[in-house]
Amino acid sequence: MTERTLRILVGKPGLDGHDRGAKIIARAFRDAGFEVVYTGLHQTPEQIVSAAIQEDVDAVGLSILSGAHNSLLPRVCELLREKSADDIVVFGGGVIPEDDIPGLKAAGIKEVFTPGTSTEHIVGWIREHVTPRG
Amino acid sequence: MSLADRILDGDIRAAARLMRDLDDGFRSAADEMKKLYPLTGRAFILGITGPPGAGKSTLVDQLTAAYRHRGKRVGVVAIDPTSPFTGGAILGDRIRMNRHADDPGVFIRSLATRGHMGGLSRSTGDVVNVMDAMGMDVVIIETVGVGQDEIDIVRMAHTTVVVSVPGLGDDIQAIKAGVLEIGDLFVVNKADRDGADRTARELAVMLEMKQTKPDDWQPKVLLTEASRNRGIEELVVEIEKHRRHLVDSGALERICEERSVRHFMDLLKERLFAEVYGHIRVNGQFREVVEEMRSRRTDPYSAVERIIAERFGEARTSAS
Repeated sequence: MTERTLRILVGKPGLDGHDRGAKIIARAFRDAGFEVVYTGLHQTPEQIVSAAIQEDVDAVGLSILSGAHNSLLPRVCELLREKSADDIVVFGGGVIPEDDIPGLKAAGIKEVFTPGTSTEHIVGWIREHVTPRG
Repeated sequence: MSLADRILDGDIRAAARLMRDLDDGFRSAADEMKKLYPLTGRAFILGITGPPGAGKSTLVDQLTAAYRHRGKRVGVVAIDPTSPFTGGAILGDRIRMNRHADDPGVFIRSLATRGHMGGLSRSTGDVVNVMDAMGMDVVIIETVGVGQDEIDIVRMAHTTVVVSVPGLGDDIQAIKAGVLEIGDLFVVNKADRDGADRTARELAVMLEMKQTKPDDWQPKVLLTEASRNRGIEELVVEIEKHRRHLVDSGALERICEERSVRHFMDLLKERLFAEVYGHIRVNGQFREVVEEMRSRRTDPYSAVERIIAERFGEARTSAS
């Protein structure tokens, strides 16, 4: 009875034109038994952080294809810190050059998944690195 | 500081966490609710229900905007189904409500049904109470997409709006018991589509056939195009009319009382079951009963009577 169901927000910050990848991830998470709060396209980091807090999620997965990852992803981590909510794990995925990954990790992004990563791998990573808080 | 104290201090994270504890069935949540309960009973609870794809989320988004415009603080509880196979869920109602995400006067929470029937989650009533205690003036509940029998919302909300769209089925669909009986207001959304007027007319005719007393509320049918913000003001005016009717007729008091009675009954059932079942599982009686039923040495009726008698004394068994 007293077991947490893992809750994860999946969102797309910025101006990407489609969200097929994010939807595939959302379905994979649902099939893994997680509750996925799906917020859709064109989110500002502020909206994402506010939704993550209201929904009490354990993790935030951000899919980004537009090339603006170096500004948008760290901004989400920064806002979470400002709201003392940086216990929420942030991970990213999408078209992100290898060279940018160390910088993103330094900014607080726990993991970055590049194109070709299997959904099984991502679900496995979640199970290993994200535990329901408290 | 306890979660309840932090919530009363305006801490959003604490509120979100308590909602999670309620949803996950944590016993500690009950202690927090004891502290918050005296502060509840102030919010206006508005239910939005209807079939999948009728535009409920978009309508909730517009109603939220309309109430914000009136200076009201708005809580939204949006419910989506849990997969019966994996226990997971995709909660997508926020997609239509994102513009309110960074408005401090709006708090939106998505809930999964987690196997609960009736169109709501088991935790919905408690989550509404938390929002009420947070000082939300209006709490809007969006049910899962319903068919004909998921009508728990009517026992939770003060005013229930049933949303429909043109072309869902022939006239007979509208006569069926259930949704037609629970609406205080009916909305035909996507009113720019063919057949909207006909759907509205059919609904109105069906509603007129209902037997009502002169002082009873007469449900109305309204046309909206939520995605273009058309018909929303008219809808809010009607919702507010219904709310005044509830206050003036004394019905609001009755609804609130019924809601707390139901809450009490549900808790009683849940706790009694947990108490008895927990006991017989630990002492092995549960397995014995299963075994005896398999060999037909006992039946479920006698087994339950025996266990109740042992737990509460002989005299109680005939009470019902």
